[in-house]
Amino acid sequence: MEEPQIQHHEAEIIPETFSETISESVFDKFFLEVSSLTIFTLRFFKEVFKPPYEFNETIKQSFLIGYKSFPLVAITGFIIGLVLTIQTRPTLAKFGAESWLPAMVAVSIIREIGPVITSLIFAGKVGSGIGAELASMNVTEQIDAMQVSDTNPFKYLVVTRVVSATLMLPILVILSDAVGLLGSFVGVNIKGTVSIYLFFSMIFQSLEFNDLFPAFIKTFFFGFAIGLIGSYKGYNSNKGTEGVGKAANSAVVFASLMVFIIDMIAVQITSLYQN
Amino acid sequence: MRRMTAGVTSIETENDSKQKGLVVVEMEHLKKSFGNNHVLRDINLVINKGENLVILGQSGTGKSVLIKCIVGLVDLDGGKLIILGQNVSELKNKELIEMRKKIGFLFQSGALYDSMTVRENLEFPLRRHLRSIPKEKRNSLVTEALHNVGLADAIDKTPSELSGGMRKRLGLARTLILKPEIMLYDEPTTGLDPITSKEISKLILQVQKKYNTSSIIITHDIECARLTANRIIVIKDGKCTAEGSYTDLHNSTDPWIRSFFE
Repeated sequence: MEEPQIQHHEAEIIPETFSETISESVFDKFFLEVSSLTIFTLRFFKEVFKPPYEFNETIKQSFLIGYKSFPLVAITGFIIGLVLTIQTRPTLAKFGAESWLPAMVAVSIIREIGPVITSLIFAGKVGSGIGAELASMNVTEQIDAMQVSDTNPFKYLVVTRVVSATLMLPILVILSDAVGLLGSFVGVNIKGTVSIYLFFSMIFQSLEFNDLFPAFIKTFFFGFAIGLIGSYKGYNSNKGTEGVGKAANSAVVFASLMVFIIDMIAVQITSLYQN
Repeated sequence: MRRMTAGVTSIETENDSKQKGLVVVEMEHLKKSFGNNHVLRDINLVINKGENLVILGQSGTGKSVLIKCIVGLVDLDGGKLIILGQNVSELKNKELIEMRKKIGFLFQSGALYDSMTVRENLEFPLRRHLRSIPKEKRNSLVTEALHNVGLADAIDKTPSELSGGMRKRLGLARTLILKPEIMLYDEPTTGLDPITSKEISKLILQVQKKYNTSSIIITHDIECARLTANRIIVIKDGKCTAEGSYTDLHNSTDPWIRSFFE
């Protein structure tokens, strides 16, 4: 009798579930990204203190990042101040506390809305700009060309942009807050008459050191995160035009997310300090 | 490596050149891999003073990687690379920077800095390599470099305002401004029309004659190879498989080598 033929199949490694495969790759990617960003950050701190310093390029980038962003940040700040005042008035009116309107709006703008909204606008404009610029420089071999020209591209491109973003965002936030308060003044005067002197004296009476200082300090961290993430995404982009778009997009998404995470940590630290 | 010139072995030629002190670049058993992709397996070649060496090969055979190894943009995995008598792997960072001044690299895309004008693009290597150079001297070098490539009128334009051929010429001017002893051209005529390609090829010859540079030219453009090459090397599977003059390789009986010329 003819024996039946036994077919030997090579053992295939099949994941138990689809979700297992997905989660593994997502976790792998996440930790690889975190480790790569950590190395990038450490390299930044190593290069930033090491001479030669790129002062001229840092000033140029500060102009481009800071001065050129001011109109957008100012318009946004003004609208936020105006809208916040108009939206808050009816609620305060119910309790007969309309006179608290300038103080309440000012505290909201200075402590939270001003820094966060300005940082998100900054992430959208500057973070994506840095990401796209460095990625396109990568694609067109400009970074290689710099290296051949006795230039440390990390120092020239990354360090200057991160330093500029870190220093410029706090200034932009102060200006945005000021314009936001002007917007609020306009909002208050739509349905009432309050002199600018009275309006600002009410604001300054209500504000304390604890409102101003932590809000100002956290903007340095926001600026640092936006500059660093934009540079990281651009500098490490994949070759090709698709990589440029991806770098710009992921720079905005990741930087915006980091703004919220840093804000959450800052609020926790501030509340601990205040208690 | 198969040598196409009858009666002369490559070893004899290399020894002759070394004895005369004419060898500027010498590669012995160069190796480079990216993961499991062994791009350069065993590269052995020499470049003599004032010689234009064209490297032919299919895409992805590591031609660009080879010239990037010469300027230190890519680290070698193994082998010996001697440039102007110095072993590159033994050089300290400062010595490597000094040596890079003597090597010009024309990138495939030109690699012009988009955020800078033509003048600023040319001033960039001068500012970085020769930091103490006076402004007048810098201006005269920029003007001379632009004049050499016929772009004197474009000094205040930005790279985005230039055509493909002009961008290549500007890239060449920026590379030549430091008067390098060795020139590396990465596909200098790619993406250009035949007339502009011919102009770039003639420019490469002019550079060779005027500055007595030794050049490596990576190209797929056979017309460029015909016009510029003193010697051609063909790379296949990460090794130098054939060497000779344009005519030698053109008359080769090997169908694979002949396929480049058809």
